[in-house]
Amino acid sequence: MLQLIAQRLTAAVPGVLGVIVVTFLLSRALPGDPAAYFAGPAATPQAIEEIRQKLGLDRPMWEQFIDYIGDLVRGDLGNSLTTGQPVMQELVTRLPASAELTLLALVVAVLVAVPLGVLAAVKQGSWIDHLSRVVTTAGVSLPTFFTGLLLVYVFYYKLGWAPPPLGRLDIYFSPPDHVTGFYLIDSLIARDLELFVAALGQLILPASTLAVFALAPLARMTRASMLAVLSSDFIRTAKAGGLRSHTVVVTYAFRNAVLPVVTTLGMVFSFLLGANVLVEKVFSWPGIGSYAIESLIASDYAPVQGFVMTMALLYVFLNLLIDVLYGVIDPRVGIDA
Amino acid sequence: MTTVAAGLPADKPRRSTGTAAFLRHARYVIGENPVTAFSFGLFGLLVLAAVFGPALVPHDPLASNTARALEPPSAEFWFGTDQLGRDIFSRVVVATRLDMGIALASVVLAFLMGTLAGTAAGFYGGWTERIVSRIVDTIMAFPLFVLAMGIVAALGNTVTNIVLATAIINFPLYARVARAEANIRRNAGYVEAARLAGNSEPRVLLGHVLPNILPLMAVQCSLTMGYAILNAAGLSFIGLGVRPPDAEWGIMVAEGAAFIVSGEWWIALFPGLALMIAVFGFNLMGDGLRDLIDPRRRT
Repeated sequence: MLQLIAQRLTAAVPGVLGVIVVTFLLSRALPGDPAAYFAGPAATPQAIEEIRQKLGLDRPMWEQFIDYIGDLVRGDLGNSLTTGQPVMQELVTRLPASAELTLLALVVAVLVAVPLGVLAAVKQGSWIDHLSRVVTTAGVSLPTFFTGLLLVYVFYYKLGWAPPPLGRLDIYFSPPDHVTGFYLIDSLIARDLELFVAALGQLILPASTLAVFALAPLARMTRASMLAVLSSDFIRTAKAGGLRSHTVVVTYAFRNAVLPVVTTLGMVFSFLLGANVLVEKVFSWPGIGSYAIESLIASDYAPVQGFVMTMALLYVFLNLLIDVLYGVIDPRVGIDA
Repeated sequence: MTTVAAGLPADKPRRSTGTAAFLRHARYVIGENPVTAFSFGLFGLLVLAAVFGPALVPHDPLASNTARALEPPSAEFWFGTDQLGRDIFSRVVVATRLDMGIALASVVLAFLMGTLAGTAAGFYGGWTERIVSRIVDTIMAFPLFVLAMGIVAALGNTVTNIVLATAIINFPLYARVARAEANIRRNAGYVEAARLAGNSEPRVLLGHVLPNILPLMAVQCSLTMGYAILNAAGLSFIGLGVRPPDAEWGIMVAEGAAFIVSGEWWIALFPGLALMIAVFGFNLMGDGLRDLIDPRRRT
């Protein structure tokens, strides 16, 4: 097991290196002259030259790259121009909001998509199969930001069931004491059920929006994979042996069908982390996505670079996790690799 | 039918002619699956709107009239008016050209880069393959939309860079398929024959391998077109690329977002629906084209 994890870690190194090189290149490809940009429009040529030296932009590219890696190791992603705060600190305080939203969405998506896909495969051609096809097509075709707005209109404006789409908590509540940064968990730790309900109420719409989007590939893959397994010989034998259909489907078929679904999770994470940005904007969610958007609009590039870097490293890490999970589910993978 | 048959020599097999056989096959596949025909219809509609839209719309898409702002859909303004009193129907139709243009340009760019790099990688192997695979892996190491945001932020906030960013994140999809297909054909019989006939390697690659991969890549184009539209609209939704007052679906939804909470649903709904229909149409058409060109994978 440990050996497997170590192997996967080494396999992730080129990915991380690639991410670092690309973000470095992006940060040096800023429009125009970065020194002139940081100096402001009224700067004299002399001031620009001073800033260029201060930023180390007059030195060769590889020296700058080594400095860049040094900064990264020290956790220094630069300062935001608009707030003056270190980017790293802002990202760390905002990350729990994004993580809570994305993880809840993923859990909801898996809980809905997997049973839906299994049922659609078992009862092929029934209404549930058609339902799953409609849901997956809609999930692929609907822009996330549009789904979010539709949900806000229906559940907030028309029905009044959901709170206004303005962040993680209604202004009447104060956030729970910081333990994990996840309001759902922290409010439970503080034994404040009212707060838990309030936080959940804020989360439901953005999480459902993301979930609809993530549902589609998962349900589609579950269905296809179940169909393939159900038509294989050992299922026929299990059925012929007189096993209950429940045992055949859940114990025999599903366990074998789950591997391709886990593989799809990698792609789903790529979608989710991107869609997260759009959903955060729609629901004024104070996560790292809206931080990046605010900075983009203000032409404040350090936070954007930090954001891209954080997201990419998170994604590499999640893929690593999927690989390990894969090894746990299917022991054969560990032996070959 | 009889007249055509009479014009042909009796012993000539009717199956042999390439184009006619393909058309017959196309008619069969489309007839078998009406959804494909429907998607071609949607595609035609989009092309019409993109080409003739600006000449056909009832109102000037940029003319504001604050006296008639935020009106719900009516006989005069089919989709209502926005916060500046502009006609939403006209704006949605006119925006087709920009949205399709961005998506098409980025897909063509990704297609050219990905097909060439991928075919070369699969055909030559060795260092070419290693370099291309490394580039593909590096791009895939990012969540794609986030990478697109980073690229646009770094290169500058313009429509051209939206096209470029969308092309770059689509590049791996083309390069992978092209590499796999070229790899299969690397030592196929007809490729060996072309070599023996004295063709140089680049000539074999461009003249014999590439043309056989192109149909599959065309399917890939249609399948990724929907994704390209969504991606470009997403970027302009967060304020990148297209600037107001230009009509574009993503930015129109963004403008309408502020009014959803006060009940003015039509501003965001109609451009959003247009986006959805376009993406849906291209996804369906991609599936249909795949059935047509690659019958083995028919679902």
